[in-house]
Amino acid sequence: MIVADRKPFDEIMGMIESCERILLVGCNECVTVCAAGGAKEVALLASQIRMKRKAGGRPIEVDEKTLERQCDPEYAKSLAETLEGYDAVLSIACGCGVQLVAETCQGLRVLPGLNTRFMGVTEEHGVWAERCQGCGDCVLDRTCGICPVARCAKSIMNGPCGGSQNGECELRHDTPCAWQLIIDRLKASGELSRYGEIAKPRDWSASRDGGPRKRIREDMKI
Amino acid sequence: MTAPGNLERVLTSGGFAVTAECGPPRGADPESIRKKGGYLKGFVDAVNVTDNQTAVVRMSSMASCLILKEMGFDPVLQMTVRDRNRIALQSDILGAAALGIRNILCLSGDHQSFGDHPGAKNVYDVDSTQLIDMARTMRDEGRFSGGAEITVRPEIFIGCVENPFADPFEIRAPRLAKKISAGARFVQTQCVFNVEKFARWMEMVRDLGLHEKAYILAGITPMKSPGMARYMKNSVPGMDVPDHLVERMASVPKEHHREEGMAICLETIERVRAIKGVAGIHIMAIEWEEIVPDVVKGAGLRTRP
Ligand code: SF4
Ligand code: SF4
Repeated sequence: MIVADRKPFDEIMGMIESCERILLVGCNECVTVCAAGGAKEVALLASQIRMKRKAGGRPIEVDEKTLERQCDPEYAKSLAETLEGYDAVLSIACGCGVQLVAETCQGLRVLPGLNTRFMGVTEEHGVWAERCQGCGDCVLDRTCGICPVARCAKSIMNGPCGGSQNGECELRHDTPCAWQLIIDRLKASGELSRYGEIAKPRDWSASRDGGPRKRIREDMKI
Repeated sequence: MTAPGNLERVLTSGGFAVTAECGPPRGADPESIRKKGGYLKGFVDAVNVTDNQTAVVRMSSMASCLILKEMGFDPVLQMTVRDRNRIALQSDILGAAALGIRNILCLSGDHQSFGDHPGAKNVYDVDSTQLIDMARTMRDEGRFSGGAEITVRPEIFIGCVENPFADPFEIRAPRLAKKISAGARFVQTQCVFNVEKFARWMEMVRDLGLHEKAYILAGITPMKSPGMARYMKNSVPGMDVPDHLVERMASVPKEHHREEGMAICLETIERVRAIKGVAGIHIMAIEWEEIVPDVVKGAGLRTRP
């Protein structure tokens, strides 16, 4: 899923400083699961904004809405019909959702309420961690299901570097060294001999380095 | 083919090589490199210049190498893959070779979050092993990584680093094997303080026959103070300073700290020299380059011409 964090409250207040009526829009997908932008967070943020502005003597009207999927035009378009009278739309979906809403709501300011962080998993209740960078050429078959692109701080393909210690990445104590994990799994499956193969330089053109990416399925187009 | 550089000549002729590290200044002052070079003159076979070590901006390794070369040194250009992609790295290899800088040391580089520009974007297009392979392909096959032909091949002596003290320990010799099969001919290790562990690593290195394929130079760092010992032990990732050495440094009065550090350093050199397969030492006297002559003389290593 896509994992995001809510922007600092003051930053959000700054963005809507001049507004008197806004629409706050959440999303029912990833950001609901990572508790950053679902219906619950929409309600919470809306009342925080109202309270703060009221206390400052400049009340603001905040309407709430949570779309099934902000990154899907089918739902994003439904917003367009209800935008009369708003000064801005504050979206607390991921960056993709914010952008599709912006495309849909031409002529209206669309503001991001979240910082979109990464593609990851729920490690435990309340803990999410990065797993994939969408490099476009998956190597998990060669790295025992552990991604060196996303999980090694240096995206090393022939690791581990000289900073790996006690299973931790040199960067931070709370981050496991991806290459320690890979070696552990190679050992567990009796495949350590595979370690000797040198991984060649990657073709990053399949990644963001090749420019913005697009996927087209001709057979699905209507 | 032109004649090999000094480091390569010393190593291939079976001599025990001494190299030292020189950290470039945080400014555009060529004199500070010349000053550091002045300390080392006559005591080392080659001088490494670090490449924005610990991700702190310093004068470029290439420029510093050229200054040292003009002083008559055989410089070792350290190249990390943190700040440059394969286009820039290959371009610098050609540039170095054109300037007569023959030794290239390939390394990953410390992550930028340790340095003074933690908000910088990192590159890591290729890793250190891939850089070694790229440099070797340029020299031996006359091809760029992208496949195109090189008009004049760079004549370079390719090296790598390895940290015997990082984890997982059992992978440290196999990882070196990869780098050597990629094309590394000399190896400079992380600072050795834990000689027992280094000896165990060397045993694994010999078991794989790596000491016969590449020249291994043990990293040596003289300690100035117990504070430095503690700092390296606790705050530098991948550094192994045994407790007994920290205690030993702390056990002498302040005015004898440097003497004690020197004594430990010389003992370490003596012990690593006795390990089969060690072809030299690489002295990393961090911001203490002036001590290198004392280390070389104290260790009874011949004075360099
Ligand atoms: S290798 Fe690429 S696609 Fe596969 S998990 Fe890693 S970043 Fe994602
Ligand atoms: S310590 Fe491990 S995860 Fe961190 S940069 Fe080095 S190899 Fe990658």
